[in-house]
Amino acid sequence: MTAKEQTIIEIPVTDLLERTRKLHGDGYRLVQIGCTGLAESYEINYSFDKEYRFQNLRITVAPGEEVPSISGIYWGAFVYENEMHDLFGIPVTGMNIDFQGAMIRTGEKHPFSVTRKGEGPCRNA
Amino acid sequence: MPERIVVPFGPQHPVLPEPIHLDLVLEDETVVDVVPSIGYIHRGLEKLVTKREYPEFVHVAERICGICSFMHGMAYVQGIEAIMDVEVPDRARYLRTIWAECSRLHSHLLWLGLFADAMGFENLFMRSWQLRESVLDVLEDTTGGRVIQGTCKVGGVRRDIKGEKLSDIQKTLPEFEQQCRDLTDVFLNDESVKYRLGGLGVIGKSEAYDLGAAGPTLRGSGVDWDARCLGYAAYADLDFKPVSHPAGDCYARCAVRLGELFTSIDLINQAVEKMPEGPIDVKVTGAPDGEYFCRVEQPRGEVVHYLKGDGTKHLTRARVRTPTLANIPPLVKMLPGCQLADVPVIVLSIDPCISCTER
Repeated sequence: MTAKEQTIIEIPVTDLLERTRKLHGDGYRLVQIGCTGLAESYEINYSFDKEYRFQNLRITVAPGEEVPSISGIYWGAFVYENEMHDLFGIPVTGMNIDFQGAMIRTGEKHPFSVTRKGEGPCRNA
Repeated sequence: MPERIVVPFGPQHPVLPEPIHLDLVLEDETVVDVVPSIGYIHRGLEKLVTKREYPEFVHVAERICGICSFMHGMAYVQGIEAIMDVEVPDRARYLRTIWAECSRLHSHLLWLGLFADAMGFENLFMRSWQLRESVLDVLEDTTGGRVIQGTCKVGGVRRDIKGEKLSDIQKTLPEFEQQCRDLTDVFLNDESVKYRLGGLGVIGKSEAYDLGAAGPTLRGSGVDWDARCLGYAAYADLDFKPVSHPAGDCYARCAVRLGELFTSIDLINQAVEKMPEGPIDVKVTGAPDGEYFCRVEQPRGEVVHYLKGDGTKHLTRARVRTPTLANIPPLVKMLPGCQLADVPVIVLSIDPCISCTER
């Protein structure tokens, strides 16, 4: 497959709302928000599309570091933000619909968290 | 002002084959607010990527869902191929397209049957599923599997469809198309269906776009965005135009899926006509080192497989954003203002696939 061009822009957390607002103003659609656990931190990708142009904003946060919700700009972001909280334990502040950790009924709390160590089905290697 | 009460809808409900829960806030019989709730059967399949080698994970990806199975596998392998810069043989690209469109056909026919059932139109439900059987027969005949095809692999496909079988498939298409036209005629022109679906669960063009809707839910609001236009597999070589409808109601979403039946038939026809000769796979060595967001148009809309590898046999991350997850916010906006009795039809109109959502 020929890879399509995909832009990934790394930004500080403090710029997230401003950059997102700009993309919204430029007519970009929110495609997804996805989190990836790194060794000691998390990488969060905010993906947007406009007329098949694919843009990503990327922030890197430490465990426990708060991330502002973009649901005030993209109303539908709450599903991704609650998922990010429930699986990775990332505190997202200001969500329009906050399930308080109950959107995904996981058997183990924050199963994808990078801070999980030791025994249990979700432990990290 | 009428008293407000909360009525739970699901997780077990006759129209829901899988569990999703909605708290419906009602004033008399009118829905005024909705709080969705998912996660009853979340399987954490994404985590398995760290336990399975990357060529094996396609089998896990295919098991995310029994309806979009093939396209999950295809999105995954395309993502790996993009990271590893693997050029897939042309014949494999065309074969993937045929199986992908067969998957779309059987998924839409499945949904049309369920939708007819939700409306109480039982013989339309049975007719839709009868047509679906013929598509499943083709899938079984060409891949060996009705539900899980297992034909995609990194570097190509595992099975070929020989020339004789391809022409057999092509010969069945005109009759199948006519049967789909008869079915479409009932769905779009029957007065009871039109009355049941028209003006129900309306979501406007700009709102659907802003909420991040996907697939027929987005195109049923007049946005002609379709991930197949990205040109993956053989779509760049085939003549194709997204189907859309401006009304934004349940009828429009139904009309889009009906229109897509004919697009799929036409795409299969074109792919058979232009099928290149040659190998169906290439040998792939090494391990993926890099990242890629692979976007594929599933029957329910755009799926995103984000894959990240560090040069070892195990990926560090596979994240799947499924179309149903993207269509939950639009669903929450569609329901307020409708009657309680309309909720099952509106919920079904986004074609919710909870298996995908709870990957």
